[in-house]
Amino acid sequence: MDDGNAVNQKNDEKLVPIHIMGRTYEVPDSLTIMKAVEYAGHQYIRGCGCRGGICGACGTFYRLPGDYQLQTALACQTVVQPGMMIMQLPYFPANRPDYDLETLNGKRDGNGVPPPSRDVLHESVRQMYPEVYRCVGCATCSRTCPMDIDVMDYVALIGRGDLEKATEVSFSCIMCGLCAIRCPAQISQYTAAMYVRRLTGRYLTPKAEHLRTRVTQVQAGQYDAKLARLRSMRKEELVALYAAREREPDLSKPGEWKPKETAWL
Amino acid sequence: MSYPPELQELITLVEKTRPARLDRARSGESFPALTLKERQERLNEFHPDYRAEAKRALAVGPNKGDFVPVELADLLESRSRLDPDRVRLDRIDVETDILIIGAGGAGTAAALEAMQAGVRVTMATKLRHGDANTVMAEGGIQAATAEADSPCYHYLDVLGGGHFSNVPELASTLVRDAPEAVEWLERLGVLFDKYPDGHMKVGHGGGTSRKRLHSAGDMTGAEIMRVLRDEARNRRAITVLEFTPAIELLLDQEGRCAGAVLLNLETKEQYIARAKAVILATGGLGRLHIQGFPCTNHYGATADGLVMAYRAGVKTCFLEATQFHPTGAIFPEQNAGLLITEKVRGLGAHLLNRDGQEFLFALEPRDVASACIIRECSQMGRGATTPAGRSGVWLDSPMIDLLHGEGTVKRELGAKYLQFKRFGIDISQEPMLVYPTLHYQNGRLVIAQNGETSIPGLYAAGEVSGGVHGKNRLMGNSLLDIIVFGRRAGRAVATAAREAGTPKKLSLDHVRSFERELAEAGISDGKVGPMLLPNYAPEHIRVSMCHRL
Ligand SMILES: Cc1cc2nc3c(=O)[nH]c(=O)nc-3n(C[C@H](O)[C@H](O)[C@H](O)COP(=O)(O)OP(=O)(O)OC[C@H]3O[C@@H](n4cnc5c(N)ncnc54)[C@H](O)[C@@H]3O)c2cc1C
Ligand code: SF4
Ligand code: SF4
Ligand code: FES
Repeated sequence: MDDGNAVNQKNDEKLVPIHIMGRTYEVPDSLTIMKAVEYAGHQYIRGCGCRGGICGACGTFYRLPGDYQLQTALACQTVVQPGMMIMQLPYFPANRPDYDLETLNGKRDGNGVPPPSRDVLHESVRQMYPEVYRCVGCATCSRTCPMDIDVMDYVALIGRGDLEKATEVSFSCIMCGLCAIRCPAQISQYTAAMYVRRLTGRYLTPKAEHLRTRVTQVQAGQYDAKLARLRSMRKEELVALYAAREREPDLSKPGEWKPKETAWL
Repeated sequence: MSYPPELQELITLVEKTRPARLDRARSGESFPALTLKERQERLNEFHPDYRAEAKRALAVGPNKGDFVPVELADLLESRSRLDPDRVRLDRIDVETDILIIGAGGAGTAAALEAMQAGVRVTMATKLRHGDANTVMAEGGIQAATAEADSPCYHYLDVLGGGHFSNVPELASTLVRDAPEAVEWLERLGVLFDKYPDGHMKVGHGGGTSRKRLHSAGDMTGAEIMRVLRDEARNRRAITVLEFTPAIELLLDQEGRCAGAVLLNLETKEQYIARAKAVILATGGLGRLHIQGFPCTNHYGATADGLVMAYRAGVKTCFLEATQFHPTGAIFPEQNAGLLITEKVRGLGAHLLNRDGQEFLFALEPRDVASACIIRECSQMGRGATTPAGRSGVWLDSPMIDLLHGEGTVKRELGAKYLQFKRFGIDISQEPMLVYPTLHYQNGRLVIAQNGETSIPGLYAAGEVSGGVHGKNRLMGNSLLDIIVFGRRAGRAVATAAREAGTPKKLSLDHVRSFERELAEAGISDGKVGPMLLPNYAPEHIRVSMCHRL
């Protein structure tokens, strides 16, 4: 067993040569680049995070023999190929201006101050990331992205001010930075997208009213006495209540299902 | 590399039983859940935690005599990485109001709240900011925000899931603060899945009586983490030191926690960080590979916080209980150990044995589901075997599109879809093979309502702190835990820092006395700790490594 537990030498394994920053090692052909680097004896400090394709720590460039093209991958998600020449790039100084989400209108949002309009939001993106307008449409970023995101598309959408669509297209970005490393227009696509997603989440998505209602109820102390009663209950009583719980049907529509027992609502 | 012929053959059995199972699911019928008594029997017989030989009694420290997994016992009884006599405690390298150790979800939530309360914060973290278990959380975060729900039902679910071993005060704080936590995240711009009118899309998780799981696709933790990190980066009052783990806590002469010794992982230089109060938010221990299990955790989940705090005298609880997630991938081999979120079952996918038959209610609490799967593959002999020799059961993901409409898998489980597509498997058409995997640390530092530990000035939040979930945590309550208790600790420490003023003279006496205790117990060959990073170099390399350059 080994996600992680060291992969030890076995007899029946097929070994293939790979080149880690120019040095050649023989590694089992079933390993991911990350495990192959460890098999070769390295202990990661940088370039390794979640080991599950979601943190963006392990962005990697490689080239295969006889192919002029530079390829990209996540080291933790990509199986080695014979002759692979590997270079991991664990750090990239991306452009990222600071901002205050609360005061985009010049004043603190809330308490009578209206939320910023769509134009204000778009204008703020322009000011912070004017370079998105220098995109030359080469699509290198889209070809580079290990998450198969159409990066060029979201850059264009940001430029046009379609912030919701840009949010949708960039949603699965893991911020590995590979797109920005390759961009000839020197755009930090993923930091711009991060900003845009937060604008969408905060200002362009309808708020959950039932959430607001519940917070008000909690703050008014509506559940304090009931929770206190539950806290002080003997185990047998709790077990009985637990066993008697009704289960909301899986396919019920929001707000539609009414439980029979309402003592603890 | 799609499924080999022998597994494809077995998939036809799954497909054969599918139409009837779908009909039952549509009419709201499900496989009967176990009674509490049956649950206990399954656990006793099949859950890895209930195996006596995998544990031993601690010989030293505040939990002396308690039985804990041997891998953890070795570390809790490890020696310091420092020689206290050679550390210059009068040279302060980092001076701050609040030191937060660990920049995952709990640490970052705490930092934002502390900063809001007007203090300077330094976060020291082992890898990059956000390289943490938090980014890996897929399924969602629980909170009783929907109409038919209330914090009370949430409370019952939390306690039932934890087998009624939870600390009642902590559990009730968790459920009470939950809606506010979700609102805080919404306000920061977290993109929760919503209907067009803004109503949250909520779903079931294992052991929930109401649909209460709020999600952001299948990257809920990643979305929360990247938003919190982005916000922290906007704040000048928060300094983040990456690749700079803590290796020992510092107390002052009066026994208050007053900072930590940090290590620059690259140059190996030590820094003395002095603070008016400290929050430990170092997360879990999956990378200890308890009983040799693969794990779902990030690279830095090595129990460091437990080790450092234990040495300083903080008591722990539930160390005997590690959480196994019922559904870790076992095929393809490259994905082994990878978590398959409970959301898959929340969306209706059944668990099936090699004959394509259901053998449990898919949304039993995690430990129970794990025990049932282990039973099916061992005693019952009805597991499906992979070419690498792993045995597991089917998770019938194609049911999801059939129940909720085409495209649901791609939309709701996009990251997982991609992870399998890379290996030629389309999980909206083909089921996945799964087996329990090491997932979560239930055993942790004892805390009070605001993360206070038994040492003044030392707070703990998130996966390193405990009692909230008791012996077993339900899905979605951990992301909640880190936000609720992270924020509470952040606010509390700001107040504590103001009251405490400048720390007195720093000291490592607690390390000296712990090492004396080790010597008295006859433990001299022990490891050094905290572990910091796992070492996955293979045996043939280790034996020929030169350790001095
Ligand atoms: C694959 C997976 C899926 C999950 N899914 C869900 C889910 O759907 N819902 C849910 O509620 N929960 C889920 N969880 C659990 C949840 O994600 C974690 O329990 C929670 O995020 C832990 O947060 P934390 O801030 O306490 O720790 P982490 O997020 O792990 O952060 C700890 C940080 O401390 C750092 N650190 C460690 N040691 C040191 C040291 N010595 N010095 C300095 N820094 C250090 C680490 O590098 C890390 O950055 C999941 C967990 C995993 C692994
Ligand atoms: S968009 Fe850029 S930063 Fe995001 S995942 Fe793709 S390559 Fe990485
Ligand atoms: S790489 Fe840069 S210039 Fe090329 S399409 Fe992408 S954003 Fe535009
Ligand atoms: S290590 Fe996180 S994406 Fe590869």
